[in-house]
Amino acid sequence: MLNQLSDSLLTGNADAVASLVKQAIDQKLDPNNILNDGLIAGMTVVGQKFKSHEIFLPDVLIAAKAMNAGMEILKPLLVKEGIPSIGRIVIGTVQGDLHDIGKNLVGIMLKGAGFEVIDLGKDVAPETFVEAAIENEAQIIGLSALLTTTMPVMKKVVNLATEKGLTGKIKIIIGGAPTTSDYANEIGADAYCYDGINAVDCARRILGVA
Amino acid sequence: MARQAQESFRSVTKPVGVVADIRKNGIKSIYHGDGHNESPAPLEAIIDQSSQLALYAVTVGENVSDEISRLFAEDEFAPAAMLDAAASQGAELAAQQVEHSVRQQLKASNRWITGHETMSFSPGYCGWHVSAQRKLFEHLNPQEIGITLTDSCLMQPLKSISGVIVTGPRRIFSFDDNYAFCDQCKNRSCRERMKAIHTDK
Repeated sequence: MLNQLSDSLLTGNADAVASLVKQAIDQKLDPNNILNDGLIAGMTVVGQKFKSHEIFLPDVLIAAKAMNAGMEILKPLLVKEGIPSIGRIVIGTVQGDLHDIGKNLVGIMLKGAGFEVIDLGKDVAPETFVEAAIENEAQIIGLSALLTTTMPVMKKVVNLATEKGLTGKIKIIIGGAPTTSDYANEIGADAYCYDGINAVDCARRILGVA
Repeated sequence: MARQAQESFRSVTKPVGVVADIRKNGIKSIYHGDGHNESPAPLEAIIDQSSQLALYAVTVGENVSDEISRLFAEDEFAPAAMLDAAASQGAELAAQQVEHSVRQQLKASNRWITGHETMSFSPGYCGWHVSAQRKLFEHLNPQEIGITLTDSCLMQPLKSISGVIVTGPRRIFSFDDNYAFCDQCKNRSCRERMKAIHTDK
């Protein structure tokens, strides 16, 4: 059944995913297995196919919608049984920047991979990023910027996190059109991610998730 | 889905634009902006060789951004992303239409010189720092068509384009994409733009 669930994700069949998750719960399957071996396993294949150009962004997003349909049913059970997500990430577009399509796509990909995502939206102040990360006990802060004029805000977030003694405790990843790996190094961020799937890989690597 | 995005785009947008001629000294001041440009850069090298210059700004409006946000909020991720792409393309087409209009006006007023071409440049690209938007907005006043500028030089509505349309001899629009800032560029759209310029229309 879990293979069927994964396959339904691949085809983006939200109704089938929701129905199969219900069936799996009715059959008393472990919610953790439904999540990991059904939903996340399916989205992992989606990510691999995207990386190898077998499918394209709309296919990934259709699969992500199906994943959400399954998660809506499964999430209450995961919460009830105290099953933690594989990681908690605070994301947002930095202060002064209102571009959020890239940030939204990263959030969708991270959720699809099983991360808990706290999306702070756009035009987010450095203090808000750091406070939200502390308050939610997030392991990662994800920063997005599309303008060279707003990129320096990323450095402010890194500096603020350092001032608060969060270096090493909360990792900071960055992305967006003008950002680069060199820029991430320059400002002391932990990683640069070039797209949503790469952000998932970065987050997994940072948290040591297989 | 692409067709749906196009239809959705058409139903929620009404492209508008503004264009105004500008002299070489005027564009030099705008180009300089706050003094953050890369140098050398393509535009700085061709201003003096141009025959006509026009500032412009276009937008496809705020409604489309609202619709994209609504689709994302309703988990309609793929239609949202497709509409976003359609809106970006729509803004590009609107900018191209303005460039076409500039050419037509020059021809209609017998100011078009055979062998000349047009190419547009925008703050934020090709070594022209985005902070130059402030001076461009001071001269052009695109607020009158609903485009405003944030403190970080971001245009609102988001799907807007501004810049300068340079008219001049075709030869001046030939650049090697090996400026220092080209290393950071992820689209290299200049290649297609130059190809279009050097193809007889």
